[in-house]
Amino acid sequence: MVGSQPIISPNLVAPPRRRGRRSSVRSWRRGDQLIFVLAWTAGLTLCAITASIVIFLAVKGVAYLDPKLLVTSPSPSVSQAGSGGFLDAIEGTVTLAVLGTLIATPLAVISAIWVVEYGRPRWLVGIVESSIELIAGTPDIVIAIFGLALFQLGILAPLSFRSSGGGVYGRSFLAAGIMMSLLALPLTYTATRNGLRAVPRQVREASYALGKTRIATIRRVLLPGIRPNVATGAVLGMGRIIGDTAIVVVLLGATLQTSPENGVPLLGFLRGTGSTLSSYIYNNSPAGEGNAPQKAYAAVFVLVLIVLALNAIVARISRIGARSAAGAGRLSQ
Amino acid sequence: MSINQLVFTQPASETALTMTSTPLRAVSPITGPERMRLSEISVFYDGVPAVRQASLSIHQGEVLALIGPSGCGKTTLLRTLNRLTELTPNASHSGQITLDGADIHELEDTKLRTRVSMVFQQPNPFPMSIFDNVAFALREQSRRRPRRRELEPLVKHALQRAGLYEEVRGDLERPALRLSGGQQQRLCIARAIATEPEILLMDEPCSALDPRSTAVIEELILQLRNELAIVIVTHNLQQARRIADRVAFMYLGDLVELGDAGQLFAAPREERTREYIAGAFG
Repeated sequence: MVGSQPIISPNLVAPPRRRGRRSSVRSWRRGDQLIFVLAWTAGLTLCAITASIVIFLAVKGVAYLDPKLLVTSPSPSVSQAGSGGFLDAIEGTVTLAVLGTLIATPLAVISAIWVVEYGRPRWLVGIVESSIELIAGTPDIVIAIFGLALFQLGILAPLSFRSSGGGVYGRSFLAAGIMMSLLALPLTYTATRNGLRAVPRQVREASYALGKTRIATIRRVLLPGIRPNVATGAVLGMGRIIGDTAIVVVLLGATLQTSPENGVPLLGFLRGTGSTLSSYIYNNSPAGEGNAPQKAYAAVFVLVLIVLALNAIVARISRIGARSAAGAGRLSQ
Repeated sequence: MSINQLVFTQPASETALTMTSTPLRAVSPITGPERMRLSEISVFYDGVPAVRQASLSIHQGEVLALIGPSGCGKTTLLRTLNRLTELTPNASHSGQITLDGADIHELEDTKLRTRVSMVFQQPNPFPMSIFDNVAFALREQSRRRPRRRELEPLVKHALQRAGLYEEVRGDLERPALRLSGGQQQRLCIARAIATEPEILLMDEPCSALDPRSTAVIEELILQLRNELAIVIVTHNLQQARRIADRVAFMYLGDLVELGDAGQLFAAPREERTREYIAGAFG
């Protein structure tokens, strides 16, 4: 390599060097070498597992994904050709994600503000924090069953509908959306709380020193500053909602077609039952009633694309956040 | 006066150095009227005194410098003047502070802080535009109103007084955090003086800045002195010599000596002041 280069005085044309000579791995201690190899192996294995899942699903998905499936509703039929696509499931996924996020985000942000900025009395803060941790750790099937018991109460009938016998059905987009918000809430809460805690005391003091109240400081200085944190939390929560199946199966009625209640158009839709991509996949997998794996693969592919898109959004928001923090410079001091 | 003159040559405040000496803890001949008076102020953290029985007055048109070694209570005393110490849960105080004759603890804290505003050690602009940083101070609490058109002349005036307007006039929408450290500190000064306060508190405002930015800020302090009273905490004795009319030396929570800058630096009355100025400790 050296020999192939023309001999030029290094003082005149020194090629730019990225870094100087470093110690060789071979000269390291045995233990250090082992950790080095393990670290590389673990990283590459994870990449390989993820890549194989995505590639497998992409190959299957592309093979079975007919654009017609995206725009036709499922229909009851014994033949696969006549059982339609998963338009309703896409609608259901979007509806639940939006509904759950709209409910969870304000609750999470307000709770985080109370905990970080007010935080009195201490014992109550402890209870709030433990409650949110408990929700985060509760299996979704438990949340779903609790939701079913809750929404079947007569007083909550307006959130779903009454069956012909007069009993409250307890299953609807509203019921599922409200319980889904519990899945998103801990993620948004944690992101907002951490964002607020990372704002240095001096920023708050600067606002108080200008004669601003605490609430004005929160609204005009702190919240605009932690917008990327809130957005990241909200998108992560949305991803959690989109991926969930148990709550959909128990609380959305698990009817593959959306079946709105009579009445006001949007409200009727929200009070009615339906499906999401995850429940559609479950239904059409060999474990479900539909047993149409090709369609399940196609739906999985769409779901993976949505999740990847959400991840890209989170990465982008984090980059914007990192950029403004870098611009801040002293904010991190 | 140019920047270089300020940094490398003569102290800016010649008059301060030639003032006649005054007795200990007595008010020196100040031209402006008294705005603030501290009577026997003590501040405690968890019951431990950080400032003991400090009494002094603050007059319009003067720069009063608080000097002393680290931990002597300068910053605590400064933060008591706009009741920022109240934000520290374990802090308490005794004694009385009046602003134009009224007890500051009887005033609403938010009102007090628009009349006694503050600039901090680290430049701390908010993560918003240059314009919004100043406009934030002018707006009533969390309101967005009044409209931008009404605020524009006020923001411009504040930036002009802080000597920053000419540098940023082309792009007031630029994020404030993209400004240099010295510019950020001048923006913080603009923000602090936008509400036309009577007293401006400055807590080592130049300690995070390079000499050139420091000179610009010092020049600004001397200009602002004509319009309001300035209380500045500084570690930098040279800076106190350059800009202060009166100097208060604090040591271990005590206000040891208060006098004209000229007298205090040339002929301190107290042994501890003499040793500190001579560099024996601190």
